[in-house]
Amino acid sequence: MTKLPELVWIRSRDFRAAAFPATAVDRPGWVALGQALAANRFTLMNLWGEVGAVCMALHDPEARRVAVARIALAKGKFPSVGVHHAPAQRLERAAADLFGLVPEGAGDTRPWLDHGRWEIAHPLGAGAAHPGQPPYPFLPAEGESLHQVPVGPVHAGIIEPGHFRFTAQGETVVRLEERLGYVHKGIDRLMQGASLSRGAELAGRTSGDSTVAYAWAFSQAAEAALSVAVPERAFRLRALMAELERLANHLGDIGAICNDAAFAMMLAQMSVLREKVLRAAERTFGHRFMRDRIVPGGVSADLDAEGEAVLRALVEEIRDRFPSLVELYDNTASLLDRTVATGRVSHDLVRRFGAGGYVGRASGRDFDARRDLRYAPYDELKLDVPVRDDGDVNARVWVRIREVEQSCSLITQLLNALPPGPLRTEVEPTGQVREGLGLVEGFRGDILVWLSLDTEGHIRRCHMRDPSWFQWPLLEAAIEGNIIADFPLCNKSFNCSYSGHDL
Amino acid sequence: MRRFLLEGLMRKPLTEGAPEPWTEARDELVAAFARAQRDRLGRSLSIRVVDAGSCNGCELELQALGNPFYDLERFGLHFVASPRHADVLIVTGPVTRNMAEALRRTYDATPEPKWVVAVGDCAKDGGCFAGSYAIVGGVEAVVPVDLHIPGCPPDPTSLLKGLLALVERMGAEAGSR
Repeated sequence: MTKLPELVWIRSRDFRAAAFPATAVDRPGWVALGQALAANRFTLMNLWGEVGAVCMALHDPEARRVAVARIALAKGKFPSVGVHHAPAQRLERAAADLFGLVPEGAGDTRPWLDHGRWEIAHPLGAGAAHPGQPPYPFLPAEGESLHQVPVGPVHAGIIEPGHFRFTAQGETVVRLEERLGYVHKGIDRLMQGASLSRGAELAGRTSGDSTVAYAWAFSQAAEAALSVAVPERAFRLRALMAELERLANHLGDIGAICNDAAFAMMLAQMSVLREKVLRAAERTFGHRFMRDRIVPGGVSADLDAEGEAVLRALVEEIRDRFPSLVELYDNTASLLDRTVATGRVSHDLVRRFGAGGYVGRASGRDFDARRDLRYAPYDELKLDVPVRDDGDVNARVWVRIREVEQSCSLITQLLNALPPGPLRTEVEPTGQVREGLGLVEGFRGDILVWLSLDTEGHIRRCHMRDPSWFQWPLLEAAIEGNIIADFPLCNKSFNCSYSGHDL
Repeated sequence: MRRFLLEGLMRKPLTEGAPEPWTEARDELVAAFARAQRDRLGRSLSIRVVDAGSCNGCELELQALGNPFYDLERFGLHFVASPRHADVLIVTGPVTRNMAEALRRTYDATPEPKWVVAVGDCAKDGGCFAGSYAIVGGVEAVVPVDLHIPGCPPDPTSLLKGLLALVERMGAEAGSR
């Protein structure tokens, strides 16, 4: 193996406090990093295109540090990382669609986000008129008595659009292939040249269920790039919002998973608790999803004594009602019959893909950005990260159950020590080109934001990586060998974001 | 399980009173309905939701309409799985170029008479995504829209008000004949 390039590694507390130095690497160095990823030396956190360059964010879990490698491209071609390390494949295909960059040696050169329907090709690159595209070739599956079931992009429930191509033998799924990109809104290009406040608006609308986490990750990146000191009270209020968001999503999804196994009562009961969280959020922070409440420099909403009482009452009610519902889940054999041993994902896969959130933690990947790449105020809070090894739908439900309990505990800890003080620091441009990295644990997993600002504080490049990028591919693995009828159950237990992925 | 069922019987229901129908929306709809169509449908509507590019915020609030606080079905409104079973299409999001054809085909698959309700600020004119190479525009750019419910996202009460205006308009017209 070629010698690894010397990278500038930054520990978590440092990358959120100052601009992030990306390390320039040459072609052999880039190839060596791809091989090191395949050999499990690091975890791939992101790969994205820029004008004339490609970048990779890497995580060294042992040392709890992060690095960004950048390869400058003279002719728009770079050595494919995906050819060594599968998790990079879709990211490379997306970079190829948006910038016209070519991953050399890549096995899969099909477009990903570009469905041949935009008026321009490579909208962030040369941006020439779109020549159109041949029909998308799905991967073949060969064998006796196979049949295909195409599903979507318009789905039966109230959910986002995407296409699933099942190849089945009888009822058993032999191969699932996803095709995404239907809700691609061109957020990367809208970000270019935007002000920070416009950027925060777009970040908060990238995946609606994670609006708090996205706004936080974006703000973190901006604050790091510009070395802004955020007031202590703002950190705590951000965490309160983030835990409320986590609670609402976990409660809703636990109910929805059970509903996909035809246990509707659980959905009704959980949706009551979820609604109570959203109403508490509206009463305290003025919006059910707390959208636009986290802004670069701090927060735009305060918590008064009445709001504090509302949140305390909410936590008390969840602590009162939730355990008996968990007991109901655990004692209903017909329900467990559907969730146990269904949609299993191996530990090896979640490790290779660096899958975050409950998808990773239910298959033994012991990672939570709040603890392992820690940021304020979680460095001062007690947090137990639940991990299981069974990796099935049931394990993902249990991880979320435990996380509901943790979020309740965190909200109480935050309320018990809420310092007075200002809510926001003014964010000023520095007169220099600055880059920053933001990383926040959303309910679904870690959201990574790379932000590059020009001398006037406008956005040169912003790339947001949803946790779903490293979870969607594992859903294809989870359903293999299961019956088609269990797909909704598996899918809901992942609950990947379409919009967050498609951007 | 028995405990929960028993509790459900004993306790006051969580379902809240119906909000006042939204008057502006009601007026906006007058033009949209022909008498014969109203007669046929009465007060019941089947709704098919199509996400044409939303951030999934609107979907979350549409899902919330089914929870015991809002209980959409008590008004004769229910979500169906196929456009072929639907009277109303609810469309969310700015319409992305990658979804425009799927939306058009879903509209074509919905039998007449049919109505389209555009939900959310993005569905009006593309919202904060307007002007992107990947966006066609609001829902109106692809299929005719009868009613728009604004908000980012509209909360369940606003959604309910809009939908009730739709049903009430139809009921009133049918009754006055």
